[in-house]
This record gives sequence, C-alpha cells and structure tokens, in this order.
Amino acid sequence: MSEKLLSVQDLHTSFFTDNGEVKAVNGVNFDLDRGEILGIVGESGSGKSVTAYSIMQILADTGRITGGRILFKGEDLSTWSEKKMQSFRGKNCSIIFQDPMTSLNPVFTIGNQMREAVVLHTNRRGKEADDRVEELLELVGINEPRKRMKQYPFEHSGGMRQRVMIAMALACEPDILIADEPTTALDVTIQAQILELIQSLQKKLGMAVILVTHDLGVIADMCDNIIVMYGGRICERGTAREIFYNPKHEYTKGLLRSIPNASNMKKKLVPIAGTPINMLNLPEGCAFCPRCDAAMKICLSEIPEEITINDDHKAACWMNVKAAYEEAKGNE
Amino acid sequence: MSDILVEVKNLKQYFPVKVGFKKIPLKAVDDISFTIGRGETLGLVGESGCGKTTAGRSILRLYKPTGGEVIFDGEPVTDKNIMHMRKKMQMVFQDPYSSLDPRMTVEDIIGEPLDVHKLCSNKKERREKILDLMETVGLNAEHARRYAHEFSGGQRQRIGIARALAVNPEFIVCDEPVSALDVSIQAQVINMFEELQEKLGVAYLFIAHDLLVVHHISKRIAVMYLGKIVEIADSDELNEHPIHPYTESLLSAVPIPDPDVTRARHRIILEGDVPSPLKRPTGCPFRTRCRYATERCAEECPELTDRGGDHMVACWVK
Repeated sequence: MSEKLLSVQDLHTSFFTDNGEVKAVNGVNFDLDRGEILGIVGESGSGKSVTAYSIMQILADTGRITGGRILFKGEDLSTWSEKKMQSFRGKNCSIIFQDPMTSLNPVFTIGNQMREAVVLHTNRRGKEADDRVEELLELVGINEPRKRMKQYPFEHSGGMRQRVMIAMALACEPDILIADEPTTALDVTIQAQILELIQSLQKKLGMAVILVTHDLGVIADMCDNIIVMYGGRICERGTAREIFYNPKHEYTKGLLRSIPNASNMKKKLVPIAGTPINMLNLPEGCAFCPRCDAAMKICLSEIPEEITINDDHKAACWMNVKAAYEEAKGNE
Repeated sequence: MSDILVEVKNLKQYFPVKVGFKKIPLKAVDDISFTIGRGETLGLVGESGCGKTTAGRSILRLYKPTGGEVIFDGEPVTDKNIMHMRKKMQMVFQDPYSSLDPRMTVEDIIGEPLDVHKLCSNKKERREKILDLMETVGLNAEHARRYAHEFSGGQRQRIGIARALAVNPEFIVCDEPVSALDVSIQAQVINMFEELQEKLGVAYLFIAHDLLVVHHISKRIAVMYLGKIVEIADSDELNEHPIHPYTESLLSAVPIPDPDVTRARHRIILEGDVPSPLKRPTGCPFRTRCRYATERCAEECPELTDRGGDHMVACWVK
C-alpha cells in the first residue's frame, strides 16, 4: 500500500485567550490521498479553518497544537524546524484564503509579490523568474499577464485577485492545495469560474485539494470525499453521495433540511434550533446535543465514537448505535 | 383598494463621480419599473454592484432619486410626505453588526421608531409594545435591557426586524437579511420572514444574491444587471424557463447542494467580470459577456417585453 500523502492523527488545537482555553479542534483524524479533493464543511466556529491552519502551522500567536500528529509522506511535521516548515509551505502545501483583497499586499505590484514566491522556493532568478510568473498567470487564465504584472492589487477585480492568489499558490507545484473558503467573497458567476479553474488545475497538475467551506452547494459540486465538522470534531465523513443521500449524523441531516433546494421550495424549511455552540465551554458529551432533536441521555455525558456505516461512510452519532442495537434486537 | 401596493416607475439613481476634472454620472439604477402586490414578496437578485441595494434604498427615499417615481398605495412618495410614508415602509439591513447602535439597549433600538413617529402615549404602552414585538420575532423579553453586542448574529437580525415592524409597516425592504448568517441560522430567519408575512400581510422586496434563498421566499423574482432589470417572472417560471442569457448563466452557476444534480447539469460559465458602471457598454449592458450578442445589441438597449404569463424579458435575441 502506498503511503498517504497527508495524514492527520488525533489533532488537537487550542487558543489560549484571556477568557480561558478555547478548544478549537478536538481530535480530528483524516487521510488525504494524491489527487483527491477533500471537502471540509461546517458552520463558523466548527474548527474547519483551524484544522487547515494547523496543517500549515500558521496559527495565530495564541494558538497551539496541543496534541496529535500531522504526517506528510510519513514524516511528522511537528518535529520539523521552522526553516524546514517554511520550505514546506509553498513547495509541498499551499493555501489560498477567503478574502483575496486582504491577502495581497496593496503597496506592491502583482508581479513583485508573485516573484517573491518563485524566488523563495525555486532557483529561478531575474528574467527567468519573470517568465515563470507570466506562465503561472497564463495558467490561471489571466489575459495580458505582462501588463497585469505591473499593476497593483486594487486594479484587479475580486475574481482576478483570487486567480492571482491561486497562481501564487501554484508557484512551486505543491502536492497539496488548501483552499479556505476560496469563493465566499465572490459573486456566483465568478465563483463558477474559480471553481472550474481549481477543478481543471487539479486534474492538470494532479495535486490534492482540501476545500474548506460552509457552502454545501460548492461541496456537492467539487468534492470526492466530505468531512462534516461541528464543535471542533468530525461528525461524519464519507463520499459525496453518501453524505448527501444517506446522512447518518443528526447534524448533517439538520443541515441538509435547513437549506432551500428543489424538493422543499414550497415547504417550510426545517431549521436547526438554537445557536452555534460557545467554544469556551464545550458540552461534556456530543457537541451537537444541545441543539439536537433526537438527543438521548447518553449524548449528554459521552462523546460518541465514530462508527462505520459502510466502506465509504463513517459517522459519530449515538443514534446509529441505537439503530444498530434495535436492529440486532429485532433479529433475535 | 387595488392589489398593487408599491409601484416603481422609471426609477433612476445616478451618483456624480469625479473622473479627472470632469464629473460624470454613475448610473447605479437606470430606469427600472416594477410593481409589488399586497402581501407579496418580490425577490431582487444580481451580482454585487448591479444596483440592487441602491434600488431598495431609492424606493425608501434613503437616497433622493434622480428620476422616476415611487407610488405607494396610490400616493406618490415625495420629500414632503416621507415622514408619514416611513410609517408604512421600512427596511431591514444586511449587516446585523453595524446596523444596530452599540450604545443603545434593545428596548431603545426597537422603541426608537415608536418615539420618532409618536406612536405611544405613555411609557407603559411603549414598554408593552416593545415586549410584544420582541415576542413576535422570537426574542426573550427578559433581554430587553441588554445591548446589541450581547446577542448572536441571528438574534441581532431579529432585533433589526423587530425595529422595522415597530411602526406596523405594510412594506419592508429586506437588503440581504440572511447573507451574514450561518446556514443553520439562515433557515430560522427565512422561516420567520414567511411567518410574519402570513400573520401581518406585509409585502417584501427581498434583495439577495443567493438564488436558492430568493427562490424559496419569493413569489416573483426580478434579475438586475448593471442597473437594469433584465428579467422579471414568477419564481418557479424563472427557475425552470429562464429566457435572458444572463439569468440562464446565473442559474446554471449556482451550486446546488445535491451531488448528482449539480454534476450532471451543463454549466454556462460567463467570461470576464461585470463591467464598471462608469464604462457601461452601449446598447444592452450584458452584451460584452453574452454569447448570443449581435450588432443590434450594441446599438439599442432592449426594453422589457412581455413573453406571456407576466414573464418580462429585456433581450433582442431570445
């Protein structure tokens, strides 16, 4: 069996704030294969972005990985020096952020900023580096790249800036591209352009993509495998079809019921009651149980284990245990 | 008493913009007309910068329109009667964080329109009304003395809605009221809008960029592009049989949360970005990104014409 490209094992990340420890990620496990598109979906505060930042080790000053391992091609990233991490970022793994305006430096030209990425991670210098920048901008579908290189970020539209960010992330042909809400700030028609671009680049370059988003539509469109997160834990994982057509966690079910789609157009939506949890005081048991209609006694006190539904599908919900128990009882 | 509550006629909203030494008008809203019936919801969709928010604000005269008129219940809205009109038309804003004064308690925020329009004769009546409103929008009455920052996004949006409802309006402009909220909270607020409409018979102009949400809540939908309305139709009709090439591509670009459906369908990807409203193309505003564009599109701007069953489209080709 070939080695996994990336393997996240029992990851715990906390932020140490004035109000106490915020456990943003609590025991997240997943593997990423070469050329896979993995979607991580969840509401704000579910820990999906923090998981991505933990992999890149670009957490804010107050944040720290408190447990678990992140293995890249079998090597533990936490043992790497900062210098080695710097070459990992960009060369092996790149990230694009939600807001392309704030992630580009307004006082430098596009060409200047892109050259920085190329010079830092490759041997190309001077004119050679410029040629590479031109090539990259062309790759992401920017017309007249030479002219664009001399322009500043404010002269580009939101969609263009996101293309520049993608080009920059691809500068060294990384094995993994992490896209953190890449289209949330963009209009639908531009979103479609960017998603199409990510998809075609992924095929062309054969890289793995981790797509972090809250938009179930984008996830359904793009991803092979999906992870649903809530309260810093994974509630459910599986292939796109399993998650959308056979959800087994109460949170996923609720989420799918609460969005308008073709089948519930004329009906009332079924919202999830309550508000997202406060990460400062996580409940003892399942994180979702204060908002869950089906919550049982055990949900309050014990964290559900992940249970295998089938080969492509796992869920961490006590309801499944109950269902399995009842089925077994029925068979007797 | 007719069925039409709000009639917008040839509404124009230009903003002067300095380009070099010259001042040229930025045509944010350029000659739009539509009607909204009593207790009806009209959805207004379009990309950012297409003028949908400006349209909503001009209707409420938060901006002074450059041209055209808004007729509310048979009476034109003018500067003179705006005070009286605002009792009948209100607004809910997009951002629940910046649209509530952080130094006011919830009680004062909801009570302000009551004070401005002198709707309560004494303090007791005012307080009762406020608690009533809080209950209507699903807020805990005990929280009346709290400040806005003590609430979550969804709850703040409820405060904004209670404030709009305070004067008992017949018409509310909802400017992207759910786009700042989490998915699970969105459904709560959408349901509340629908319930309030059933109970109070209030009409909405529902401005949003999320087409699935707009389709769910609206009876009819208007699509805007660069300050113009390009298509208006019944919401199901528009979703099933879009005619304008822009509507067609807009609908095909929406990711549908259903893997089989969304992967099977044909996506029409538009090239390029929306042109700047300062450099608006001649003729049809959409022609620079339209795959059907002909010579005629560059010369003349198409008017909205009825294609049967109140399906209005502004396009030469389709």
